[in-house]
Amino acid sequence: MTDASSIPALDLRALVVLAIGEKPDFSEGDKVRVLTRSPIGHYRVPLYLRGKTGVVQAVIHPMAVDNEEEAYGRNAGSKGFYYRVAFAMAEVWPGYIGSTNDGLRIEVFQTWLERV
Amino acid sequence: MPNAHEHDHPHTEIGQEGALGYYDLMTRAVTELLIHKGLFEAGEIRRQIEVLDSRTPALGAKIVARAWVDPAFKARLLANGRAACEELGITFYDDTQLIVLENTAQRHNLIVCTLCSCYPRPVLGLPPDWYKLKPYRARAISEPRAVLAEFGTIIPDNMEVVVNDSTAIVRFLVLPRRPAGTDRFSEAQLADLVTRDTMIGVAVISDQEPRP
Repeated sequence: MTDASSIPALDLRALVVLAIGEKPDFSEGDKVRVLTRSPIGHYRVPLYLRGKTGVVQAVIHPMAVDNEEEAYGRNAGSKGFYYRVAFAMAEVWPGYIGSTNDGLRIEVFQTWLERV
Repeated sequence: MPNAHEHDHPHTEIGQEGALGYYDLMTRAVTELLIHKGLFEAGEIRRQIEVLDSRTPALGAKIVARAWVDPAFKARLLANGRAACEELGITFYDDTQLIVLENTAQRHNLIVCTLCSCYPRPVLGLPPDWYKLKPYRARAISEPRAVLAEFGTIIPDNMEVVVNDSTAIVRFLVLPRRPAGTDRFSEAQLADLVTRDTMIGVAVISDQEPRP
């Protein structure tokens, strides 16, 4: 029997070309802005966040369907990334009462974010 | 005399009073239509209600207590909430992920769904009514400290308040701080301290009288 701990790790990433969309556009620490859009119909990004700037905290894995599309029954073959984004309360709410460290966290689908 | 409720007076009959409201009627009509079309059966709706009824804050409390007594489990829970809960036999029956938010001496987490009523149902069951109503949803995100104070929870200014808005595909569970005085508590005794409100983040657990 081979001792499992003696087998070196196998990393094939260097050999693999990712399909378009498989690699997240943003990574932890990236500064992003929520787009100011007013789509008609179902949306999942609260109005209070439009145009606000935050920092990506994490990429949510695995990729998932865009729930704005899913609302219309379109949920096949269109997965993408959600990002957990951190915003300062003071950035979102002018005149916010509390500590300057207070913040909010929310997951935003890739179609709503642009790099700052 | 607590049991002196004599039945010499009439009670109102327990039953459906008045006509069904718009949404009650719509819900029943759509349900009947979908069953009629063969998309699902009445028994499947009942079954899903049983699934939800089996999920209560007692499940969440057991997860929290396990995280307090088992550092390796806590690390897994914070790394991937869903996978760690599944490890204990809790199923998720949908595509949502779970992020477990650790409260610390520096940070207090609060959860809200500003758009509707997203809630960690697989681990806590149905949300309380106030969680679904607009006053909580609007105020928790914009003036969390005032809302917390109304729940009797005062977070010192030198601590960070982080509000987590679950509007997409991720659900949140707050991992409350283990209170002082609980070093000798058993895992079951610890779980008894953990309430629904502490896992939503509107309350914290008081320090306990140490046990011998």
